[in-house]
Amino acid sequence: MTEGATLAAGSGAARSSEALLAVEGIHCASCVQLIEMRVGAIAGVESVDVGLTSHRARVRWRDGSTGLADITAAIARAGYRAWPVSAALASIERSRERRMALWRLFVAGFSMMQVMMYATPAYLAIEGEMAPDIEQLLRIASLVLTVPVMAYAATPILSRAWRNLTARRIGMDVPAALGLLVTFGASAWATVLPMFDAGAARGPVYFDSVSMFVFFLLGGRYLEMLARTRAGAAVDELARLQPARALLLPDWPQSQVSREVDAASLATGDLVLVRAGCAAPADGVVVDGVSLNDESLISGEARPVAKAPGAAVTGGAINLGAPLLVRVSAAAGDSQLAHLVRLVESAAAAKPWLNQVVDRHAATFLWTILVLAAATALAWALIDPARALPAAVAVLIVTCPCALSLAAPVAFSAAIGNLARRGVLVTRAHALETLARANHFVFDKTGTLTTGRMRVEDIVLLGSLDRSRVLALAGRMESVAVHPLAQALAMEAAPHLARLGSVHISAAREVAGSGVEALVDGVRHRIGSLEFVGSLHGQPLPADSLARAQGFSLAALASESGWLALFMIGDGVRAGAADLIAALAAQGSKVSLASGDRLGAVSQAATALGISDVHGAMAPAAKHRFVADLQGAGATVAMVGDGINDAPVLALAHVSVAMGSGAPLAQTRADMVLMSGRPADLLHALATARKAMRIVKQNIAWAALYNLVAIPLAASGLLSPWMAGIGMAASSLVVVLNSLRVATRAPAASLSTALPVPLTAHAAAG
Amino acid sequence: MEILYLLVPLSVVLVLLIGGLFWWSLQDGQFDDLDTPGRRILDDDDD
Repeated sequence: MTEGATLAAGSGAARSSEALLAVEGIHCASCVQLIEMRVGAIAGVESVDVGLTSHRARVRWRDGSTGLADITAAIARAGYRAWPVSAALASIERSRERRMALWRLFVAGFSMMQVMMYATPAYLAIEGEMAPDIEQLLRIASLVLTVPVMAYAATPILSRAWRNLTARRIGMDVPAALGLLVTFGASAWATVLPMFDAGAARGPVYFDSVSMFVFFLLGGRYLEMLARTRAGAAVDELARLQPARALLLPDWPQSQVSREVDAASLATGDLVLVRAGCAAPADGVVVDGVSLNDESLISGEARPVAKAPGAAVTGGAINLGAPLLVRVSAAAGDSQLAHLVRLVESAAAAKPWLNQVVDRHAATFLWTILVLAAATALAWALIDPARALPAAVAVLIVTCPCALSLAAPVAFSAAIGNLARRGVLVTRAHALETLARANHFVFDKTGTLTTGRMRVEDIVLLGSLDRSRVLALAGRMESVAVHPLAQALAMEAAPHLARLGSVHISAAREVAGSGVEALVDGVRHRIGSLEFVGSLHGQPLPADSLARAQGFSLAALASESGWLALFMIGDGVRAGAADLIAALAAQGSKVSLASGDRLGAVSQAATALGISDVHGAMAPAAKHRFVADLQGAGATVAMVGDGINDAPVLALAHVSVAMGSGAPLAQTRADMVLMSGRPADLLHALATARKAMRIVKQNIAWAALYNLVAIPLAASGLLSPWMAGIGMAASSLVVVLNSLRVATRAPAASLSTALPVPLTAHAAAG
Repeated sequence: MEILYLLVPLSVVLVLLIGGLFWWSLQDGQFDDLDTPGRRILDDDDD
């Protein structure tokens, strides 16, 4: 279990370890501060970061000086429960926590309804109309049914407030708990006293308000919990993609007998069977079988990917066709998927700076509330003592600091979840805030706006052969060559080779720097540079055949009798890259292209993409200086690179985006990773980031406005405690629901590329 | 009016009883998954 969650992150002399812990019982910013303080106080702990909405704690410590056991013990002493995250365990705990919350909500709600029945006669009766003994009977019945609310349903509120007090801190639950205890205490006293002292004055009771407030508070938190679960579902979905069980073939090929084992126990070199419709349990290489895999949730690539012996399989990819025999190349905990999940979880566990601002001011805010409540009680005691208690209690419970502290984290975790579903991984918490502000985008060329692979972009047919046959011929002839252009041709030709049939190719020889010559069914053919191929037959190229050749490398194919085809090979511009640049320009952002490639090639790509600010032949140091100069001039720079070659620049830019695909993801230094490599996804991320920021600002404005209006109303005695309870719950709910809007639908700015998730994904994940 | 001395305590007992019933159904897992059973009715039954 700990192996799954702990990863060595050592560098240099002193090795350190890092673990992600699930923490139960976090509800407000002060809980987070308390845990961070306690864990941070352990000798040897280097860093601790607790997420308010993710309920995850990320702890890093020096090996040898402390351990996971000490850390969980420290969290337990602070009054919370923590354990290393493993996807299955977390979901069991979550359903247990949800069950308890629902039960508490039920107790409070059911008591509330019944207590309200008992309270009705007292509200309706005219003064002196109700017999004192009946009134006393109803009060006792109310008390009996309110005791479970206080003793059981309200325990999360009361115990957290108590924990805060014993830690000499003030938390969000302190005013609420104080309001509850004062109201319940006064009501219980007014009920019990006449039983012993018949002559005592009968004070007012507020049992209905107590149970109602607890019900609303718990109801609001229950809804928030459901909302959070939904927002985190996308990240969980990633983690859950990797199945828990695997079919191991211990004696293959002697025996086909398979044995079901725990996927976590798989080691490198094991042979596993991946049945049709099932997900691969770990990263590996296909040994036997031909099939199609759906990797849409891992790479964002919607099309199924063909797999044949020798092909790499990513853990979590769903096998759509025939069974595959796979040799495990990385254990479950080291798979690409596991690394990705860890990256995104760490981003969700870190706090956005907006929240740190709220955290800093929370204590001041809460003390102000307590002072205001005391002042209200004092003022009303002088004017009308009977109204002092309800007014002070209303002040305590109407204030909703939770709305302030929830404003940012819920919106950001909803955005991170939404982006993860699109194949955009946010690996640093600040990425969304900064991306929303970015006004200057610097792109790398190779591997970012272009695919980074030589590719046949266009074929001009000059003879009688069709496209497929020309490609097949070229592929067969070039198979002897190692030049990058030749390899691009061979790759493009691969699917067409079968069309060639029984053509006999012989006497193939490579002429260095020129091309390949071979006999095709006895006729001499050449492929390669224009001069080399043209000298075979001496005919000039047809007039308009070079019209589209701008910016491409050329290869020609000809036989003795004349030209057959022209191949235009380029470092292909990614589909949608030009749209991305146009959209960024339309939004008023500046766009620059900075590449290490020679200026000619860079200019050509820039012209094709519509970028006017072009910088070619830039060494890494020059790129670094370029970005630093932009930042010095006041621009917020977003650097988009391929994540590996650009590491220093990516680290320097305000926010960095890697257009990644494949293996090096785990080592990426970028704040965001576009796994799909689709430029349109950057626009989507940008729109989502801006939407999230807009919603956070709305939330903060709403929470501030609500508190400014509600507190004076409560202090002036216009709100009864039950109204305050409704107002407080509604205010939190508005914040949570507004935040969830981030994840509702794809912003209109993005091209519609939402992934169709096949049904099998649900079957395998469920 | 005297009947209230019986009915009010009886209502308290009834509340506690219903609460106990809900506790049992909750522990039985009936509220763990509120989405799947509703969707299951739409599934084909041929497997």
